[in-house]
Amino acid sequence: MSHARNSRVVEELRERIAHLEGCAARKAVVLPFGVPELDGRLPGGGLAYGALHEVAGGGSGTVDGAAAALFTAGIAARSKGKVLWCLTRPDLFAPALSQAGLHPDRVIFCESDKEEDVLASMEEGLAFGGLAAVVGELVRLPMTASRRLQLAAEKTGTMGLVVRRWRRQTEAADFGNPTASTTRWRVSVLPSEPLPTAGVGRARWLAELMRVKTGECAEFELGACDAKGRLSLLPVSRDRSDTSSWQGSRAS
Amino acid sequence: MPADQPLVVISRSGSKRWVSAADTAARKVGLRVGMAASKAQAVIANLTMIDADPAADAAALERLALWALRQYSPVVAVDGVDGLVLDIEGADHLRGGEEMLISGLVNLLRSRGLTARAAVADTWGAAHTITRMTTAETTVVPVGGVSKAVVELPIHCLRLPSDTIQGLRTLGVETVGELSAMPRAPLTLRFGPEVARRLDQLFGRVAEPIEPLRTPELVEVSRNFQEPIGAAETIAKYIRKLVADLTARLQERGLGVRRSDLVIHRVDNTRQSVRAGLQKPVRDPARLSKLICDQIEKIDPGFGIEKMVLVAVMTEPLEERQIASSLIEEQVVDVTPLIDILGNRGQRLYRVTPVASDVPERSVMRIASTADETGADWAVKWPRPSRLLARPEQIETIAVLPDQPPVVINWRGKRRRIVRADGPERIFGEWWLRPREMEAVRDYFVVEDENGERLWVYRAGDGVDTATGSHKWFLHGVFA
Repeated sequence: MSHARNSRVVEELRERIAHLEGCAARKAVVLPFGVPELDGRLPGGGLAYGALHEVAGGGSGTVDGAAAALFTAGIAARSKGKVLWCLTRPDLFAPALSQAGLHPDRVIFCESDKEEDVLASMEEGLAFGGLAAVVGELVRLPMTASRRLQLAAEKTGTMGLVVRRWRRQTEAADFGNPTASTTRWRVSVLPSEPLPTAGVGRARWLAELMRVKTGECAEFELGACDAKGRLSLLPVSRDRSDTSSWQGSRAS
Repeated sequence: MPADQPLVVISRSGSKRWVSAADTAARKVGLRVGMAASKAQAVIANLTMIDADPAADAAALERLALWALRQYSPVVAVDGVDGLVLDIEGADHLRGGEEMLISGLVNLLRSRGLTARAAVADTWGAAHTITRMTTAETTVVPVGGVSKAVVELPIHCLRLPSDTIQGLRTLGVETVGELSAMPRAPLTLRFGPEVARRLDQLFGRVAEPIEPLRTPELVEVSRNFQEPIGAAETIAKYIRKLVADLTARLQERGLGVRRSDLVIHRVDNTRQSVRAGLQKPVRDPARLSKLICDQIEKIDPGFGIEKMVLVAVMTEPLEERQIASSLIEEQVVDVTPLIDILGNRGQRLYRVTPVASDVPERSVMRIASTADETGADWAVKWPRPSRLLARPEQIETIAVLPDQPPVVINWRGKRRRIVRADGPERIFGEWWLRPREMEAVRDYFVVEDENGERLWVYRAGDGVDTATGSHKWFLHGVFA
């Protein structure tokens, strides 16, 4: 009884906070991952449109950002409309994006010489309003810049996605600095799904939800994007002893 | 006619006929510009002579100037009888810098059969002198380097009357350096104020505005200010008013603007210009003023702006179309306004499209961001890495030939033990593109190390026959 009342009070408080934050009208607009365990951890049941999300790689992925880029591509692929992809290092291989469901006709690349230009292009893209998502590959994301991006995204309801990649693995400590983004993810590679024969199975990722506004941190072990950009929670393998250290979902 | 046959152009002044231009073949046999026509005929028997047509030359030069105005810079004028002058300030970054702009221009003209020389300098006078007096095809004089660059050049390209030049040479003055070192007063007394003025223009001590070329077809609106303006907000306000005027004028003619220039006249008689280009013809005042107002920070108002001119340099017919509104169909958002904004800031915008090639680096082609959607996708369903190295990097491996994946690889100083691998995916060289790839083979493997990092490596060669490749191993991409 008292529990129910408490939850109502909490609910009310949440609503008031959301109202104060000024994004009450768009609260429900989210892009679900389609994985209940994942969506349950995110407020609104998915990745919010009109917000900034940060994705970084782990390990050597901090430099190449391969998994982070593909994770982002999967999110962009599941949204509807054109995607603006701003970058300074043009080493993204478009066939891989296409294999994650992001058709080449949907992506407009914007290559700049400087990081500041990437930020400016992203802001312009977010403020434009007609795009599904704006992706930017950035080394540095200062608080002020991230706040500007977040505000531009809030205004139009376009999703802003930042792929963080650094020049050196040691520089990745920068990811600890606070930014205004709504969620922060770290996606690192795990050994692929074991196959009964020799060969490389489906790629697996460890996705760490490091920060989420009005939510709690979590970790998930995921199967990488399929041809439609969908993720899946790893099935619990039962009979493989050598994988016991990382098997199963750590989502709970 | 064959290229090796000498050809000269004959001009006449009064009853005198003289060679005013000679081609390479003619110069090789000793014909020179300024030679009497009869003397030239005496040197070579079968000399082809063409009468000069200054009017047609001027018309052709003006056509060229108009083309340069559309393509290169907002301020273009005809310089003398044989040159063009372009004010490329604020326009060079769109072509990758000054050096790229002029070398591109010279190469383009060469492809059309025109020999050209180009120079970039701080002043019109310096660029004029350097193009005519040096043998280099392109010269870029660094900012502030004019006095050093022109000091050794002869004086007869200072845009002075020929009798003044003759007089100066009688005095023993040969180079610009010598002339500029002479005392001014006697020079002015003897040759008039022109010499000092040209020298000052050369060194940038006196402003020399370029009067841009205009034709009746260009739609132009301007606004004079009683009091010079300077604040960014004021400039923006008048840009909006000018754009409204311009779009109204374009409406009358049924045109849309593809490229427009804002030329700013400052009170100290110097000009500045900003240019806005568009992917598709546009007549929407809001969009056009946004593109121009974006560049306000590039405008330096100095002591104030007394006049602003807005020109539609490149226009295209634009008809209004009725849009069928549908509640069922998804609305397709036109992204060209965004592309215009980003493109005018100098960002490189592109889309990629598949190319029917198995060689990974050739399977992707960049196309214009506004190109039509093809719907084409890559046919290969083998896994492809999300990051492809610009250049495959050689790695050290331990691998069993001919078709086993490596067991250990050493990339960027890090040793990795390979746990799982897939492959080989054999890709043959494209001999129809490059004859050297007749035999070439690459065997690609997807390898995974003990940390789960998946890499795309290949061996050049099939592992048996060294004619197919060096049998060295390379890393080409990183999987997610």
